[in-house]
Amino acid sequence: MKHSLSLQIGPVAFRIGSTWAAPLDALARLYAGYPEPDRICDFTVRLEPESPWRRWVRPSVAIHGDYVLPDAAPMSLAHGLLAAEMGMNLQMALGQKHYLLLHAASVEKGGRALILTGESGAGKSTLAALLGERGWRLMGDEFALLDLDDGRLRAFPRAVSLKNGAIRVMEREVAAERFGPRLDGTPKGSIRHLRPNPRALEAMAEPARPALILFPRFGEATAVRPVGQAEVFMRLTQASTNYVSLGGAGFDALTKLVDACPSAAMDYPDTDSAVELVETLWEQAA
Amino acid sequence: MTGARYIADPEECVQSVALDGLSVLFHRPSGMTHIVAPPAPQILEALRMGPADAGEILARMRAWYDLEGDEAADAIEARLEELEAAGLVSRP
Repeated sequence: MKHSLSLQIGPVAFRIGSTWAAPLDALARLYAGYPEPDRICDFTVRLEPESPWRRWVRPSVAIHGDYVLPDAAPMSLAHGLLAAEMGMNLQMALGQKHYLLLHAASVEKGGRALILTGESGAGKSTLAALLGERGWRLMGDEFALLDLDDGRLRAFPRAVSLKNGAIRVMEREVAAERFGPRLDGTPKGSIRHLRPNPRALEAMAEPARPALILFPRFGEATAVRPVGQAEVFMRLTQASTNYVSLGGAGFDALTKLVDACPSAAMDYPDTDSAVELVETLWEQAA
Repeated sequence: MTGARYIADPEECVQSVALDGLSVLFHRPSGMTHIVAPPAPQILEALRMGPADAGEILARMRAWYDLEGDEAADAIEARLEELEAAGLVSRP
């Protein structure tokens, strides 16, 4: 490919190739300070024109790689950074075999990990990003990687993908230099990426033992409800992109996780109450 | 009473973990995961002794559990149909 960039994110090494320089320049700025992989990359993402002439005329980016979704819609070149991010997500979601992949955010304190999972819009990315600025180590906002061998969580601190209202919440908290460009009019509304802080990057190779699973939900009055283990298990199978393909190994890892970790569903009206609630539940779980 | 007879896969084909009074089963031949409530795990346990109909399953279960009333056989019949639809038991 004409332009390329390699990135180590937690245990995963990516190579991103592109026909155009602009998406990779944006990606390189966003991922400043990330280590370069010292081995062959696990996954390749390619950003290419949808057809040869589309490189010049209203250019649109098709996401290709080792694993491809046949129906993935091409994106405008202005959203090339988002295309690169989505391409990395896609390779993980479809190709990761070493870890049980949970669509969840995770943060760490004292060697123990808090897993935040829930549907899109539940606020897990924002909450994890906020906790990452307030005394916790951000392990990842999108995927939690559960090690099939030892049951520990591995960090995958990609840039945090902030959407719509969450952008302003984090702009108040973090210096401008850690943000990518604001992307308006994407399929998910407005998006702005945030580079995790130096602590998250320095410790990206350090695993943590899962200690608490929370199901946050934004926009409701503060409330905490217990969630039965079988329901936690079921929700996590739904939150996993590779549970089925891992077979018995995934079943073992997930049942052990659910059995070992307390869990709760929490509703919150705003991010400050969410942080307070998380701290309280964390203390109770300790 | 004689009804349809069922068989279950041997124990090594189904991995079972109890979570909060429910059982999570991993069925190795199909790769599918099931969450089942009592008496489904007990029915599977009884069927591992060999093919049986609902009445025989109930008799086996009575040896292990304190079951009362005759409605239990109907309940077992209904659960067997669900387990068959899930692929966890079959008719020989």
